[in-house]
Amino acid sequence: MSEETKRLAIIAAHGTMDAAYPPFILGTAAAAMDMEVAIFFTFFGLQILKKGRIDKLKVAPIANPAMPVSIPNIIGMLPGMTAMATGMMNSWMKKAKVAKLSELLQMAKELNIRLIGCQMTMDVMGIKKEDLIDGIEIGGAATFLEFASHNAITLSF
Amino acid sequence: MDITPTQTLDASGLACPMPIIKTKKAVDGLKVGEILKLIATDPGSVSDVAAWTQKTGQELLGHEEVGGKHVFYIKKAK
Repeated sequence: MSEETKRLAIIAAHGTMDAAYPPFILGTAAAAMDMEVAIFFTFFGLQILKKGRIDKLKVAPIANPAMPVSIPNIIGMLPGMTAMATGMMNSWMKKAKVAKLSELLQMAKELNIRLIGCQMTMDVMGIKKEDLIDGIEIGGAATFLEFASHNAITLSF
Repeated sequence: MDITPTQTLDASGLACPMPIIKTKKAVDGLKVGEILKLIATDPGSVSDVAAWTQKTGQELLGHEEVGGKHVFYIKKAK
């Protein structure tokens, strides 16, 4: 058997609730399987690391034909529809007893997952280090790629 | 199942990936040779616990369904 991969390198590039879950679920699961994990939060994904934001991320009903309850775009564009879709999604998640994103973030920290905030995104979006949660690193593409270059599986969300 | 566990972990009601995260933490706290009894209601845990033990090198002694819950016996092998 070939040498097993021990690293998982994840890119989180989107700041919606549905896009924030997979990096944390797969990242914490991999860490629980004794893999080394890093998540690189870039572009809109950096919003996930803003203080007080993680449990307030939203689901967009517009241009999202995969919503379990079909919402036509012309309805989805109306004011309040994003809040409604987010509320629906939250209640389904709660019913299925899925952990909150803040709980998964806490697990990620306890499992020593490297959480890397993208410096360039901070510059573009005017985000300062103090706007972001504690316990993360700030770095650029090379920081992530150096980690990934050691035979990592790479996933992008 | 005729196995005497060292410790019992009830992960009932928890969804993926929490059962295996809790399992990892519990097994980390055991000594080699000790046995964890894991109770879970997540249907995905049947596949996930097997995958977890395979990847981490721990030993899955057995799995049974008791009253609609999944019960796993995991021996810390290393």
